[in-house]
Amino acid sequence: MTADGHPSRIADVEPDELADKLEQAPASVRSGSRIAAATHGQPAGANETELSTHKGLTVRLQGLRAFYGSTEAVKGVDLDFNANEVTAIIGPSGCGKSTMVRCINRMHEEVAGARAEGRVLLDETDIYGGGVDVVAVRRAIGMVFQKPNPFPTMSIFENVASGLRLSSPSRGRHAKAALHAKVEQALRSAGLWDEVSDRLSEPGAGLSGGQQQRLCIARSLAVDPDVILMDEPCSALDPIATLKIEELIGRLKARVTIVIVTHNMQQAARVADRTAFVLDGRLVEIGPTLQLFTTPTDSRTEEYVTGKFG
Amino acid sequence: MSAQAQPVQPGRFRLSASRRRRDRFARTAILAATLVALLPLALIIYYLLHKGLSAWSSSFFTTDPTGNTFFKSSSIGGIKSAILGTIEIVALAAAISIPVGVGVAVWLVEYGRHSRLASLVRFFIDVLTGVPSIVFGLFIYIVLIVGTGTTYAGYKGSLALALLMLPIVTRSAEVILQLVPTTLRESALALGAPRWRVVSRIVLPTAFSGLVTGVLLAIARAAGETAPLLFTAGATLKTNTDLGGFTNSLPLQIYYDVTQPTTAVVNRAWGAALTLVIMIGALNLIARLVARRSRLA
Repeated sequence: MTADGHPSRIADVEPDELADKLEQAPASVRSGSRIAAATHGQPAGANETELSTHKGLTVRLQGLRAFYGSTEAVKGVDLDFNANEVTAIIGPSGCGKSTMVRCINRMHEEVAGARAEGRVLLDETDIYGGGVDVVAVRRAIGMVFQKPNPFPTMSIFENVASGLRLSSPSRGRHAKAALHAKVEQALRSAGLWDEVSDRLSEPGAGLSGGQQQRLCIARSLAVDPDVILMDEPCSALDPIATLKIEELIGRLKARVTIVIVTHNMQQAARVADRTAFVLDGRLVEIGPTLQLFTTPTDSRTEEYVTGKFG
Repeated sequence: MSAQAQPVQPGRFRLSASRRRRDRFARTAILAATLVALLPLALIIYYLLHKGLSAWSSSFFTTDPTGNTFFKSSSIGGIKSAILGTIEIVALAAAISIPVGVGVAVWLVEYGRHSRLASLVRFFIDVLTGVPSIVFGLFIYIVLIVGTGTTYAGYKGSLALALLMLPIVTRSAEVILQLVPTTLRESALALGAPRWRVVSRIVLPTAFSGLVTGVLLAIARAAGETAPLLFTAGATLKTNTDLGGFTNSLPLQIYYDVTQPTTAVVNRAWGAALTLVIMIGALNLIARLVARRSRLA
């Protein structure tokens, strides 16, 4: 909370204590308070321990609608992404699943003429609420894109460090040793450390496609996000690289909430705890993955997962 | 399955005589057009080297064109002041137009994007690109010389050239910045980077070599311009390192020399022209080498 002038992340606070504080705070303060706290960064020294004890946060979509100009791509979706779960979003091309995910870290509005309505709650905070710092939202909610896209001017090390360097207001905050530890930790978490530890100063673009994508995951992990959004992260990768990413997703969910958009239903079946089926901008059905694929309640879901369309 | 396959009819793939004739005609015509286009270029290079090299001497680059033109050709002097003047004037013009031009391009690509103001700015940049170079000179002449009641100065020539370079720099920078993949910007934004940091730490470094190429080409273009300098920079024979005073330049030196009756002085124009072409050629070459190192497709 920022009220006492000591910024601290809610993730550091005991859940009960957090609930108490949220109860005490008036609604106007609650909304955006966590985000405001995140803008101040975290106290130095918290870096070491935080990642290991880090937990994901819940994301709730409430009446989310997203537009490109006058075209409505997401037409009112209510959907919960549980903390420390992998939730897959499946659906045919153009159904709005990518747009929906891009609304969660407010990347949707980066497209010219795009806007969103409704609420997206990160834990308790509406990230579309007044006074919310977009930059802090994106720091808390990382994103991995379809094509691996390491920054071409940067080395492997710099790529992983980029999130910390780009978002922290002062350079001095990240002492060299602490930064190095952070980068190593992120690369280890992404399962890439053993492959690149001897060539951290080489360009990130020199890695293979699968390694580049894990580098991008390491890059987003380095800023300790609460949620990671993955927009078809394996669609540009071969099956072996895909397998590695999927194993990684399984390990990462212990510390972050993961939302993964995928075209590949087998992939959803392999990695996701729950799967949501989206059609024409609307949520058709969400349920435990096995149930959605074997005994869907909606006939359209059944037709889609059995390959009758899409 | 294979029993039913039709045999290929004889002659089915034969090239007809008329097709062959038309093909040969078209190829010849295209080759001829290419040669016609190359001819003036070859002649220019031939005359430049032939006449220019004979004007070059050891003192050509180290003396000012202050000698007496009515006596021996060896005493008319070289083009030192013109070379230095061109470098000074163009350097100042670049120092003005590069930050402004790249700044406008960054605004157009990263901030203005599809807004109405951005379209308006693009429109004016396009108009500016099509303005004849002498108009920039005229503008500076009216505003800074007639308007202030002062006289020619090197920096006024620089301003005219800066106006000329501005749309070139802006346009090329805009094209290059648009080549930077959107996903790079989005990745940086998604990491929680403020937009100005995304621009300064990701977009500009990624586009750097492309920006340098565009800037060098704009400089090369400006270095060869005569018209904007004619009635802004003035011309002087002596070397002048102060851009507040009359400043000589290679295009003006050539312009004045070719109108002189003395053969040796006209030949000096050729020597100066060869020097100018080599300087501009070097800039173009560097621009190409830099472009090769580009990280953009």
